[in-house]
Amino acid sequence: MDLVTLSRLQFAVTALYHFLFVPLTLGLAVLLGIMETVYVMTGREIWRDLVKFWGILFGINFAMGVATGITMEFQFGTNWAYYSHYVGDVFGAPLALEGMMAFFLEATFIGLFFFAWDRLTRVQHLIATWLLAIGTNLSALWILIANGWMQYPVGARFNAQTMRMEVSDFMQVLFNPVAQAKFVHTVSAGYVTGSVFVLAISAWYLLKGRNIEFAKRSMTVAASFGMASALSVVVLGDESGYTAGQNQKMKIAAIEAMWDTEPAPASFTVFGLPDMENHVTHLEVKVPWMLGLIATRSADTPVPGISELVGIAQKDIADGLIAYRGLLALKQDRNDARALKDVDGHVGHLGYALLLKNIRPDIENATPDEIVRAANSTIPNVPVLFWSFRCMVGLGLWFIALFAFSFWLSAKRQLDRWRPYLWAALLTLPLPWIAAELGWIVAEYGRQPWVIVGVLPTALGVSSTTASNVALSLIGFALFYSALLVVDAVLLLKYIRLGPDAPKPEEAA
Amino acid sequence: MDYETLRLIWWALLGILLIGFAVMDGFDLGTAALLPFVGRTDTERRVVINTVGPVWEGNQVWFILGGGAIFAAWPALYAASFSGFYLAMFLVLATLILRPAGFKFRSKMDDPRWRGFWDWALFAGGVVPATVFGVAFGNLFEGVPFSFDGDLRFHSQITLFSLLNPFALLVGLVSLSMIVLHGAAWLNYKTEGIVQARARKVMPYAATAFAVLFALAGVWLAHKEGFRVAAGLAHDGPSNPTLKTVATVTGAWVKGTTMPAVAIALAGAGCALLLRRMPLWAFLASALVPIGTIVTAGLALFPFLLPSSTDPNVSLTVWDASSSKLTLGVMLGATVIFLPLVIAYTAFVYRVLRGPVRESDLGGHSY
Repeated sequence: MDLVTLSRLQFAVTALYHFLFVPLTLGLAVLLGIMETVYVMTGREIWRDLVKFWGILFGINFAMGVATGITMEFQFGTNWAYYSHYVGDVFGAPLALEGMMAFFLEATFIGLFFFAWDRLTRVQHLIATWLLAIGTNLSALWILIANGWMQYPVGARFNAQTMRMEVSDFMQVLFNPVAQAKFVHTVSAGYVTGSVFVLAISAWYLLKGRNIEFAKRSMTVAASFGMASALSVVVLGDESGYTAGQNQKMKIAAIEAMWDTEPAPASFTVFGLPDMENHVTHLEVKVPWMLGLIATRSADTPVPGISELVGIAQKDIADGLIAYRGLLALKQDRNDARALKDVDGHVGHLGYALLLKNIRPDIENATPDEIVRAANSTIPNVPVLFWSFRCMVGLGLWFIALFAFSFWLSAKRQLDRWRPYLWAALLTLPLPWIAAELGWIVAEYGRQPWVIVGVLPTALGVSSTTASNVALSLIGFALFYSALLVVDAVLLLKYIRLGPDAPKPEEAA
Repeated sequence: MDYETLRLIWWALLGILLIGFAVMDGFDLGTAALLPFVGRTDTERRVVINTVGPVWEGNQVWFILGGGAIFAAWPALYAASFSGFYLAMFLVLATLILRPAGFKFRSKMDDPRWRGFWDWALFAGGVVPATVFGVAFGNLFEGVPFSFDGDLRFHSQITLFSLLNPFALLVGLVSLSMIVLHGAAWLNYKTEGIVQARARKVMPYAATAFAVLFALAGVWLAHKEGFRVAAGLAHDGPSNPTLKTVATVTGAWVKGTTMPAVAIALAGAGCALLLRRMPLWAFLASALVPIGTIVTAGLALFPFLLPSSTDPNVSLTVWDASSSKLTLGVMLGATVIFLPLVIAYTAFVYRVLRGPVRESDLGGHSY
């Protein structure tokens, strides 16, 4: 495998592993805050037991999140050096702010959460728990501002003197609409994960007929919090679709396998087998109007199809080449007035010209045929996006149904009556993780061939290291993470089996 | 504020973050490096682990923030150093990944082999990063083999073996002895009885090793080729490291301005040793060692951040490897607000957790 493929694979593996732990951290932290608030308000010991038990599971998961997160902070530099140089002026800032505002908060107060039950008053400890929860959520905010900028790079422009992107307006980076939609969607998905985790494990206790009061209380909290979160994921997932319709037309066209522009309002394909070779979708089942309404929020704005977008990309590539030739002239003569004007006027499409670098190194001499090939490379993998998206949405709807039913049962105080329901809740346990990983595949794989949409093609972003180095670290991380994941799962199972009223093993040891 | 001042402030902040890392994470790395030796029985080892158990996660954020701040303020340095030191960085990350698992998982199973494995994993997670960071710093003085092409794409000819040159290994040992001293001073402060006695016994060896190796590195440096900017470097010019010329001069790294910092590092080691029966004071003195050492290295290299041995002209310096003026300004504003806040609540947490860790404290949520 070549350097680019290996680097992408390593990023995918380490990021997807990291995101096995992140959503549970996000969700459980808030659930712990809610449970401890109830404890402080009612003063009833059972609620403190809830916090302590779910806290142990939270701690095991949090450690894995930290372990896999360390790699992420440095991987941009180790494996994506040109990317780091090219956009570090913009992209580095939210990462540094994440460290300053979020990591310190969560990492400092997790120490108090576990070690200071006897050293703080009830209210002080409650505050520590909430600061921990706020820290985890702030961390998601900053990393999604960074990621949102990769999807929709606003507030920055190319500087020919430093050969990189630089910030022109921080407020635009900060209040990027894509980033905001992503943040709400992602933390809501985390809350769903936390709620399903609590719901499923409590259902297992009820199926076993043990820890009944404990399990019912846990389920009640999880059902109401999960209900609100599951609705928020889908409603604000829709919001993601809306902004993608504005800025990432290609991604939404690929998700819908919409090869040609349809007259407004576009229909939504529920089922189909997209064919990348012939640009058609076999066995389509369509719902009229749906997509147009989701993507444009209007009945008369057309949603552009893949072929039309490829045509636009061809024009952008030709335009970007003017800027690229200007840059070459500037390397000969820093004061070439015409070259400066060319760069200034066309630099917005420079990224499109850089797509040609995958085809030939001297892109200033590209032929019209090569420009067509480069434009075609802007089509992401349609079948993967089409199906990942549909599975994710299907799972989201299932979570709403499950939580709505749980909520109803808990209101009627019949949570422990229906064994099929308890089994359904238990078997749902792995599903939020699958949905979350599919969501990232849609977001990141759907962004290809770009690492920054319209600015930098992924293949150019890599470090100039050797493929064998990356292969070595990829295998190392994969083995390492897998071993840790097994340990993590074994420990979680051990503590779930021991249950909330078992003596702490540290005390027994 | 002008571009030159902002760059200078961010150079100082880079130093402050590195010092934060070395002082705060330094004592838990040192504690982990000493774990198998100062703790012989399982209970003793748990005492040792629990002295850092509640705080090591917060301490490690200094390292993460260091990475993030270099990315934001010195993107060229972030790109060049981490991709250039690829395998060294992998080694550091791999051993650091063991730490969260080691602290959290070790005492959750009773099997002595399980606990023994994690004890040595924590040991590696302390020794390897402490040494590798020193080796990396040492290589800055050697110059690192890298160059840039016309698109400012960074090309490195660094291999794991090119990093392991004698001078860099010496600096690696300076770093290790400094971290071990700091860890021993922490345990001397936070434990009692036999564990404290063992930690206290380590201190003279670590302090002496540090002082001797640090002085040796200084003498060696005086005979080494250093770098000096010859021409073409405007302090408020664009961040493009290919526009200047650099000369190599023997002894250029040794500068009079570093002498106060050298004195602080050596005095810190000496006081830590002399005050070891007053544990808090000895610990504060040992914190002066990383402060003095990092300031010494930073001033000696100034204005260089990452010197290139293959093409000295493209070495990264404070004046041509930073972010844009706007980014430096905004990030400075954020730092002025949030870093004092971080230090305030960190201080609160240490106050809550004050006092030695005893065997009777083990239980409940402890590790």
